[in-house]
Amino acid sequence: MSVSPTPLLELVDLARYFPVRNAFGRRTGWIRAVDGVSLAVWPGETLGLVGESGCGKSTLGKTVMGIHPPTAGDIRFAGREIGRLPARERRAIAKNLQYVYQDPGASLDPRWKIVHSLHEPLKIHTRLSRAEREEQVRAILAAVGLPGAHLDLYPHELSGGQQRRVGLARILTLRPRMVILDEPTSGLDVSVQASVLKLFRSLQEAFALTYVFISHDLAVVRAMCSRIAVMYLGRIVELGETAAVFEGPRHPYTRSLLAAVPRIGGRRVTLDFALEGEPPNPRDVPSGCRFRTRCPLVQDVCVAEEPTLREVEGRRVACHFA
Amino acid sequence: MAELLSVRGLSVDFVTDGGVAQVLDGISLDVGYGEVVGLVGESGCGKTTLARAILGILPTGPARIRGGVVRFKGEDLLRQDPAVVNDRVRGRAITFIPQDPSTSFSPVFPVETQIMDLMKWKSPRAASGGGPRAAWSRYPRERHRADRDAVLETLRAVQIPEPARALRRLPHEFSGGQRQRLMIAMALLPRPDLIIADEPTTSLDVTIQAQILRLLRELVKERGVSVLFTTHDLGTAYEICDRVVVMYAGQEMEAAPAEAFFGRPAHPYTRRLLASVPTGSGELRDIPGEVPSLVAPPSGCRFHPRCDDATPECRAGRPALRVLARDHEVRCHHPVDGSGA
Repeated sequence: MSVSPTPLLELVDLARYFPVRNAFGRRTGWIRAVDGVSLAVWPGETLGLVGESGCGKSTLGKTVMGIHPPTAGDIRFAGREIGRLPARERRAIAKNLQYVYQDPGASLDPRWKIVHSLHEPLKIHTRLSRAEREEQVRAILAAVGLPGAHLDLYPHELSGGQQRRVGLARILTLRPRMVILDEPTSGLDVSVQASVLKLFRSLQEAFALTYVFISHDLAVVRAMCSRIAVMYLGRIVELGETAAVFEGPRHPYTRSLLAAVPRIGGRRVTLDFALEGEPPNPRDVPSGCRFRTRCPLVQDVCVAEEPTLREVEGRRVACHFA
Repeated sequence: MAELLSVRGLSVDFVTDGGVAQVLDGISLDVGYGEVVGLVGESGCGKTTLARAILGILPTGPARIRGGVVRFKGEDLLRQDPAVVNDRVRGRAITFIPQDPSTSFSPVFPVETQIMDLMKWKSPRAASGGGPRAAWSRYPRERHRADRDAVLETLRAVQIPEPARALRRLPHEFSGGQRQRLMIAMALLPRPDLIIADEPTTSLDVTIQAQILRLLRELVKERGVSVLFTTHDLGTAYEICDRVVVMYAGQEMEAAPAEAFFGRPAHPYTRRLLASVPTGSGELRDIPGEVPSLVAPPSGCRFHPRCDDATPECRAGRPALRVLARDHEVRCHHPVDGSGA
């Protein structure tokens, strides 16, 4: 990874709260899904975003994408604040910043031929002529590994894996600079997962893409990402180079999370896995450190004071004892 | 060792619009007493159909049993009177843990109603037999009290905090992990000989998965229950299984004790499947090609179109099961030498 002077995406104290309302529509509280996240994504890298369900990783992705407006904080894309742009200007950014759902194939219109689906984004976002669009579409289709003959088929005539490739092609026709991948391989078999991940890698190389890779599967993140951010209850608890974090996790939550992953050939994790309980409700965030209710190292200071994300040996950790 | 469950040559077809799909093709499988057997394979390989065939709950419309034997404690369940299987075996001697605990509870009744309804018919104290029983038949008060005590004790065993209060709650008030604990309790309550667990941790986070797997393993070992554990996640199988059977396109490809399965896999498919699990090195190895259609399966070995070592022999004839070592069987013409290399 070559470090260029400005990050492609920079989040500063980003927050996104959802109101909790009672039966009369009165607000009774907030779910603090994302609560003060700062991070930078550099051009060409793959940043992994991991954590358990409900930790806010998808909300973070969707807030960056503009699907939810941020409650507070800044989103800077290529140096420009995009969190509070009017819709028209925001749409111009969409060309450079794309989002991939769990199953990109499912977003294809069943009544449109593939060729129609692939031309649509170009019609909306560019002024290319028909012939130029056609050329672009064919190039993308080849890049995702599909024959040109598939252009005249309907989605139901393709296999699930091919639909997925078309869904990716549709996102790539606009030549985005950054793609947010939200759980792109969950629910896939390992052998299929391996080919999808390979495809992501080759596309990254071919189109100079920057990825934000949201996943709960640590093995996949380890294979794909240069850096990872671990989230717990709306906050980043540890952020660093993937290899370093996997080899020596500093935050007790990261340690537990990594210890829970089964390793074929290693010691069975069920023999000595220690993390008890489940994440607290994000409506009712514990005082002080959010992980303290499950933390094996908890002390008085953890109840009183929320640890900040601070620099520890080349990475950032939010723990009093890191 | 006498086997608790012994499936021999089971074939099941599904009649579809596109033709007859041979979803299970001559499957054989054993589960010994007190043994946890993993049934692994990719989606569509037939593992859920096999689990359902054993329980006798195949969809009656499209499914046809073409042949084979499901022998459970010496009796052939496929040829037994369905009413007897329903009364004595299903839900009693063989219980089931589903993949998704959130859709397995009714959302409108408290957990207590749903668990006690199960206990009314399937508790070890409920007499079996006795002809058709109506839903409105009485639940004797004495037995209800004893059964409720057993429920509370089992909820404590699966680590549900404050079991008596938990019973009054509705399913949505529990987290996914807690609901799966309730499902495990319900599977244990009839004191079964065999639990069929269909991907029970697939929808859970890793930390919760580790807790549930540990709990399940401890409970079944303590109570001497056998488990048939289907999963597509090899890591999960590694955690919990004594023995592993791998299926591909409706056939069993390899069956081996866990140590040999993960340490000395002999079938090329097993080896490719294990290699496709992402590792720390970042190297990704997929299996080229796609799972074959079961309406027109490949000739010979069903894996041969995707196999690196396929020969004309593999295209011609279906390989027989070959015994490599004690308990280690493989269905391949050219198994990889187990000693390494």
